[in-house]
Amino acid sequence: MPAHALFRDEDLRFDVDVDPLIDALRQVLPEEGLIVHEAGLRAYECDGLAPYKQLPRLVVVPETIEQVQTVLRLCHEAGVPVVTRGSGTSLSGGSLPHPQGVLLAMGKFNRIREIDHHRRIARVEPGVRNLAITEAAAPYGLYYAPDPSSQIACSIGGNVGENAGGVHCLKYGLTVHNVLAVKVITMEGELTTIGSESLDSPGLDLLALMHGSEGMLGVIVEVTVKLLPNPLTKQVLMASFADVESGGHAVAGLIARGIIPGGLEMMDGAAIQAAEDFVQAGYDTDAAAILICELDGSEAEVADQLKAVDECLRDHGATRIQVAADDEEKARFWAGRKAAFPAVGRISPDYYCMDGTIPRKQLAYVLRRISEISAAEALETVNVFHAGDGNLHPLILFDGNQPGQLEAAERVGSAILQLCVEVGGTVTGEHGVGVEKINEMCVQFAGAEIEQFHGIKAAFDEKGLLNPGKAIPTLNRCAEFGRLHVHNGELPHPELERL
Amino acid sequence: MQTHLADFIKDSAAGQEADAILRKCTHCGFCLANCPTYRLLGDELDSPRGRIYQIKQVLEGEAPTESIQLHLDRCLTCRACETTCPSGVEYGRLADLGREIVEEQVPRRGLQRWVRTGLRTVLPRPRLFGTLLTMGRLTRPLVPGPLRKKIRPRRPAPAWPSPSTHSRFVLMLEGCVQPALEPPINPQTARLMDELGIAVKRTTEVSCCGAIDQHLGASEAAKARIRSNIDAWWPHIEAGAEAIVVNASGCGAQVKDYGHLLADDPDYAEKAARVTALAIDPIELLERHADQLAPADDAPRRVAFQTPCTLQHAQKLNGRVDALMARIGFDMTPVPDAHICCGSAGTYSVLQPKMAEQLRTQKLENLNTGEPQVIATANIGCLTHLDEASEIPVRHWLELIKVA
Ligand SMILES: Cc1cc2nc3c(=O)[nH]c(=O)nc-3n(C[C@H](O)[C@H](O)[C@H](O)COP(=O)(O)OP(=O)(O)OC[C@H]3O[C@@H](n4cnc5c(N)ncnc54)[C@H](O)[C@@H]3O)c2cc1C
Ligand code: SF4
Ligand code: SF4
Repeated sequence: MPAHALFRDEDLRFDVDVDPLIDALRQVLPEEGLIVHEAGLRAYECDGLAPYKQLPRLVVVPETIEQVQTVLRLCHEAGVPVVTRGSGTSLSGGSLPHPQGVLLAMGKFNRIREIDHHRRIARVEPGVRNLAITEAAAPYGLYYAPDPSSQIACSIGGNVGENAGGVHCLKYGLTVHNVLAVKVITMEGELTTIGSESLDSPGLDLLALMHGSEGMLGVIVEVTVKLLPNPLTKQVLMASFADVESGGHAVAGLIARGIIPGGLEMMDGAAIQAAEDFVQAGYDTDAAAILICELDGSEAEVADQLKAVDECLRDHGATRIQVAADDEEKARFWAGRKAAFPAVGRISPDYYCMDGTIPRKQLAYVLRRISEISAAEALETVNVFHAGDGNLHPLILFDGNQPGQLEAAERVGSAILQLCVEVGGTVTGEHGVGVEKINEMCVQFAGAEIEQFHGIKAAFDEKGLLNPGKAIPTLNRCAEFGRLHVHNGELPHPELERL
Repeated sequence: MQTHLADFIKDSAAGQEADAILRKCTHCGFCLANCPTYRLLGDELDSPRGRIYQIKQVLEGEAPTESIQLHLDRCLTCRACETTCPSGVEYGRLADLGREIVEEQVPRRGLQRWVRTGLRTVLPRPRLFGTLLTMGRLTRPLVPGPLRKKIRPRRPAPAWPSPSTHSRFVLMLEGCVQPALEPPINPQTARLMDELGIAVKRTTEVSCCGAIDQHLGASEAAKARIRSNIDAWWPHIEAGAEAIVVNASGCGAQVKDYGHLLADDPDYAEKAARVTALAIDPIELLERHADQLAPADDAPRRVAFQTPCTLQHAQKLNGRVDALMARIGFDMTPVPDAHICCGSAGTYSVLQPKMAEQLRTQKLENLNTGEPQVIATANIGCLTHLDEASEIPVRHWLELIKVA
């Protein structure tokens, strides 16, 4: 467990009488849909950020929209916090349970309701896995573009909750750019639709607001997404570099030349070997860093781009460039990258995955600083990240069974995030804030901005029951954390332009 | 993942193995995607990650409960989660260990207990099983519904090849239930080998591979059986048997695991490792003779291959049978979700009939996608389980080929 408390006093202000709630819930839920015994609750105590654990009071696994409505209504009446969980792959503790609350697990909502290939849309339940949408659309030559590396398992509801990005988001946008509508149940239990099947809807853009709202505004029970036609052709290449910094310069160089690849990803150090061990992708395990680049479009376009990319990468010191020979090899190049985080489990018992965004031109500098910062704590860091959009994922390797190592990893993590802010970046790229980066939000935003966030949250959830203690810090928290980090109410380096 | 194993297990070999497995798990959740029970039930407790977490609690000293037992019972041990896991978590081993401890501490009640003991008593004994099956066949109309479907009419078997003079020879595991349920498979395997110039040395004292005990939480009984199998094979191994052919992929996975299971047994560790090294699925041998093989004369050509979990997730031989069949002239039809279990899973179809049936319905739908004339498989359990509900015949793939 991390050294600091996960929840603050003000996050634990709820006065919950659980027995009557259990009785009421039993009336509406299927037999196994209500989990109250400790061994069962325990399996839900954490998400993809496993060192952060918290037992919920209850776990609820509903089957129907009506059941979700009733659960929320009952919790609203009784003043019980609710944390929604999709597949529990969040890396920021987004679905970490609340100690006084109900964990609402949406795993049973896993049906694809409709694929309309004429209109190129899919209407799915929130627990449907991201990859399952693409699989269902494949027979029509369509796919769902945002592809988080966790796409095999993460749910579309969780993708909206975290506004997930992925390998192809550089060109095709994040979740928010690919969702047309969501059906949401409010904390009061009311079902509403936000957005529509057309590209624009009247009124305020509440749909965008739902993206990245981390389960704090409502419970999503249906998502309508855009599907894209498969590109006419694509090429995937892998470039090797003798040091990480040249890789960083190469990325900046590519973008500066106006090339927008379908995906542009980088991996370094031991992560390359770990991923190779899992998929046998054919990665260059002698390289200090590899860059994977996908180009898509018409034949001619791709051929031109391939030439330009090849030239640019060689200019920046690529020691080897390998173009995938066939579809299987293309898939393997990506499969290794997508499995890279958990593959690191082969070489280190634990890792702490960071998620900061920086201006691309700072990549080389930041990568160097990251290795210095971790070396100072005697930890190793490997990087596996969306290089194209400057979204870094340093994985800080540690051994949770060794006293003090988690804390050291957290210190490294915090220093890395502050470094991101220093160079003009942000503390989160795509994994959300959750509990993990809530303190760093105080570095990123001023008090007035944070108050506005709370105002918006209260407009949806007056009692503050949905996922309390996540994503938006209380001003008390910032006051306490800020004493350590902010001087005179100013952000560090106020002269820098923010992303 | 962080672990704090309890004193009762921490320093034992099993405890250390379990700890190493647990520590590899990063809690990423990728394995949820391909777990048949999570796909059906959508509950973390019925997912690999959730089961790992539940086993971890027990190993950390929490008293096991009936709830954990239930969620472990529902696990098919298909090991699709292992194939999916980027971190290399050996879930199957952890599950065996978890089950063993839970089984010791959470007593089974009533009917459940009798059924499990019954399965462990009857299935591994071919004579007893055969007799019961014959009785069942004779009295079929009187047998209660769910069991009745499991009583298959007897299909005639080809003759075993006559004793040969080939200098090359292999051993073959004939299995416990297979000879009674699908009599043609073993002699057919032997005939193919024989025609390729390889004699099959029969060792009739060996029958059950030990998997039934192993996966019902009785690992000591399993080990006893394994030792006696090794004893029976050993003289032939010393005489130069070049392989132990196991034509049921479930048993094959188990025999390939002997080396690991007896690694701590000073008397048997080495022999067991040797047996493991010799054990092969027929595909591993037949691939090398692809040029000599052809579809059997009466075999339909449009075939859907159902890849048993034990062939793909345990033995890691995915895609090999399909490739060979395609190469020798079969028209292999597409099978979506080929990595998901059919629900047979050893004794699972008897112990968890509802889940097994749901999985079978899905599997048959997927297998029929390309309108095949026959379903081929490589494991007796899957074969009988699918055949109970399939409109088209289900055969061991070895029955569909011949030496040209
Ligand atoms: C190995 C690995 C790689 C990853 N790679 C990426 C990546 O490339 N890009 C990326 O963006 N993320 C990545 N992630 C993080 C994670 O997968 C995403 O954040 C994902 O969107 C979470 O989805 P989930 O279904 O697991 O949601 P959960 O973790 O269960 O929940 C995430 C948040 O969404 C909320 N939520 C979930 N369902 C609903 C709902 N129905 N209604 C309302 N709120 C809901 C929760 O309350 C929580 O705040 C990765 C994670 C792992 C473990
Ligand atoms: S895929 Fe592997 S590492 Fe990830 S949760 Fe499952 S078992 Fe653990
Ligand atoms: S063995 Fe099969 S059923 Fe059991 S947890 Fe793994 S994938 Fe699920």
